[in-house]
Amino acid sequence: MHRQIHVDWRAGLALVGTILAAFSLAFVVPIVVSLAYGGEDLWVFVVSMVATAGFGLSIRQLESEPDPGAREAFLVVALTWLLATVFGALPYVLAGNGAVAYPVNALFESMSGFTTTGATVMNDISFETHSRAMMMWRQLTQWLGGMGIIVLAVAILSQMAVGGAQLMEAETPGPGVSKLTPHIAETARVLWLAYLFFTVVYIALLYGLHLAGYAPNMDFYNAIAHGFTTLPTGGFSPEARSIEAFSPAVQWLVVPFMFVAGVNFVLWWHVISGDPWALFRDNEFRLYLGAVTTLSLVGTAMLFFSALETPETGVIGGNLERSARYATFQIASLTNSTGYANMDFDAWSGPTKGLLLFAMFIGGSTGSTGGGIKVLRWLVILKSLRREVFTAIHPEAVRPVRMNGQVLDEDAVRGIYAFTLLYFVIFFVGVGLLAADAARVGLELELIDVVSASIATLGNIGPGLGEVTGPMGGYESFPRSSKLLMILYMWIGRLEIFPVLVLLTRAYWQS
Amino acid sequence: MHVIVVGAGAVGQAIAANLEDSHDVVVIDPDSDIVEKLNYSHDVLAVRGDGTELGTLREAGIERADLVIASTDSDETNVVICGAAKAAGDAFTIARVRRRTLLETWEGSRGAFGVDFMVCTDLLTARAIFRIAGLPAAHDVDMFVGGLVRMAEFEIGPESPVAGTTVADADRWDSLTFAGIFRDDEMIVASGDTELRAGDRIVVIGSPHSVTDFSTDIAAPDTASPDEVVVVGGSEIGFQTAREFEEHGYSPRLIERDPDRARECAEALPDTMVLQSDGTDAEFLAREHVDEADVVVAALDGDEKNLLVSLLARRLGVDRTVAVIENLEYADLFETVGIDVAINPREETAEEIVRFTRAEHTEKIAMLEHDRAEVIEIEVGPDSALVDGPIADVTNDLPSGVVVGAISRGGELITPRGETTIEPGDHVVCFVDGDVLEEVLEAI
Repeated sequence: MHRQIHVDWRAGLALVGTILAAFSLAFVVPIVVSLAYGGEDLWVFVVSMVATAGFGLSIRQLESEPDPGAREAFLVVALTWLLATVFGALPYVLAGNGAVAYPVNALFESMSGFTTTGATVMNDISFETHSRAMMMWRQLTQWLGGMGIIVLAVAILSQMAVGGAQLMEAETPGPGVSKLTPHIAETARVLWLAYLFFTVVYIALLYGLHLAGYAPNMDFYNAIAHGFTTLPTGGFSPEARSIEAFSPAVQWLVVPFMFVAGVNFVLWWHVISGDPWALFRDNEFRLYLGAVTTLSLVGTAMLFFSALETPETGVIGGNLERSARYATFQIASLTNSTGYANMDFDAWSGPTKGLLLFAMFIGGSTGSTGGGIKVLRWLVILKSLRREVFTAIHPEAVRPVRMNGQVLDEDAVRGIYAFTLLYFVIFFVGVGLLAADAARVGLELELIDVVSASIATLGNIGPGLGEVTGPMGGYESFPRSSKLLMILYMWIGRLEIFPVLVLLTRAYWQS
Repeated sequence: MHVIVVGAGAVGQAIAANLEDSHDVVVIDPDSDIVEKLNYSHDVLAVRGDGTELGTLREAGIERADLVIASTDSDETNVVICGAAKAAGDAFTIARVRRRTLLETWEGSRGAFGVDFMVCTDLLTARAIFRIAGLPAAHDVDMFVGGLVRMAEFEIGPESPVAGTTVADADRWDSLTFAGIFRDDEMIVASGDTELRAGDRIVVIGSPHSVTDFSTDIAAPDTASPDEVVVVGGSEIGFQTAREFEEHGYSPRLIERDPDRARECAEALPDTMVLQSDGTDAEFLAREHVDEADVVVAALDGDEKNLLVSLLARRLGVDRTVAVIENLEYADLFETVGIDVAINPREETAEEIVRFTRAEHTEKIAMLEHDRAEVIEIEVGPDSALVDGPIADVTNDLPSGVVVGAISRGGELITPRGETTIEPGDHVVCFVDGDVLEEVLEAI
């Protein structure tokens, strides 16, 4: 029986084509880097750029004046991210170096980049294997994905002004987009400007440390490379040992910027425009600050009173500066899903790793570049649970849930419960599937590896807590089927499940 | 004065009735039955028509009107009436509104919409409830001179320490003046040898602090300032009352039966605990420990329901009950049956509006016992009879029934005694017997 398809997929695809064509300009950055470093891999990026632009321009022909509606927004957002990942993987395959030369690995690395996950299948991160241009491309994918490809497209493409709000809604982390200005394109620009502002300041400070002599190996290349992955809560580093490779001064500088990346950029916009108290009036920010501070203090105490010692770091237990540095850094990094490591925290004791696992379930704030469940959702859940307790005592009490003094719609509260429940269901299904898949191919994994691989990809965090998935390990050893599952998880995790999930329902296409 | 009242609802009729003796009152209403009835029952001219239309306003004599009072049931209509009246003449315009937001807009830029004065009945009532509920044993409370002076009416209970003493004996509170006493149907102007009896209602004027001290001293020992406040009924008045308590740092409870309205109230009142239930459900009231409340305010739609709620609360053991009573005739009856204080929204509105029909220097009016007496605040002019000598002398020259309760000079409160002299420019708060009101107002 023939069923009518009720989604204007032609218009959707045409719009995706427009976005892809604009997106192909991003390859200019690695091309410039390549030229600066002797032209290595130059052809790779030129070919990728031409292919991306060509494909984008050709599917744009499907509809001359695309006018996608609310329903097509899901398709556009989900497909844009998928296609950006596919074309972003092209350079890895074309260059043909290391493990990422294999298509599935390349896709994994690309998806991990755009979704700012930071999980890697590169088992030999060094400039001997990969060109500097290639490593910069890997960093850049995170920077582009951080504030969102769609948000960027809305900011720069005038034809996306009308449906832009719906597209941004589907892409932006957390429930709801707050329009800062009457024009959505202006709002998108404002968000990107705040993002750019922090990135530039951060790069300047990193390079400043280098010039001042506090960071010998933080050269201009590294400053930019890390500038590209801190603000988007990415976590990729061209250094094999992540931030551990840098001096304590650099590590301390990274902490506040990771924290900044986990805050709603709408709030940063208010701060930059001269209203710093906007931050502290925000319930979500206060909880985020409180959670990161508390967890850091607990972590510091746990490390301080441990007998932890590793060859790379020296004695940590009993050393206050080191305990504080490692604990604060890892908590700041894992809470908001950045995924940097300043030491191999796989060496931490079980309870201390438990603290990190707990932090991984918190996530960043709404409208930040962080992944995970998001602080706002936890706040709403906590508030409505408190209400449940209260109404158990006073059955007739009517208690709206408030956020920043504003009443939250009960539908929104229900939506948050549904999301969080679904998140956990998907997380547990992931644990099961990854464990079963590992058993199928005879890969021996510890439970913590499987558990943290599931949350680290779904939450766009990156490194897990086990030997294999840990910060100094890699996802390369997982079977190909598991990698495909994790690619799916990173994708739905970044888009917060629903925009992808609705595409898989019959109702979306036919009713 | 030529006064036009548009809208002969409950408030409109009350205002018309209040003004009919001393002014030319024209009432406009679209309902012909009401118009006909008004023409017979009141000494006013009733005109049938739409108050927003120029034709109707002309028929009512808008060109020579001094005051236009728009008190229909619709806020928007009232505002338009004022605008139309301003366009057709230059009467002083008063609009009655229900919505507080409209009042706030107007307060932001006075004179907006062509409205010279705006009264929000529900807000006035809520504020009156708050003032009275906050003062133990008080039946009526009003503030004068921007809060510097307070007037309160108390009932003297049998156990009160002042019962059985004379005013001279009882006069031991600083900056407090005993103004008048209501005993059964009688109104007595307080003088040194007047005896205070249990059951009397006594009117005092003084600084807010002294009135509060007085109230705690004369009230029965177990009644303190209220902490636990329960408002029954999420009507606009109930809602505004809860909000008024909230704004003064209380966390009241509000009981509303309708789920949607309860939700609406809960959303707008973050510090109020809203309970969605029937306020007459005794089992529920006991479960929520409403009996431990210090004050229960009954603000449902319907006087009978408010009586029921108040009696129920009384039965449960609530210290004080305050009920909103629309029908003036019921108020006394209900107070005899067991409600501590009956508050009438119309009276509160009339107090605000009537002062505009008085001479220009009248700043504020509080009506007592259905206007049997008034406490008024005036700014004393150079020609006033009050400035001719010490108070003891000037009040002798005035008709009996006037007590100077408080004087404010340059923002300072002066407690009047016999030898005090009033100067032009002073703000004087005095108690005036309703029978001699006209005469006194003329003189001062």
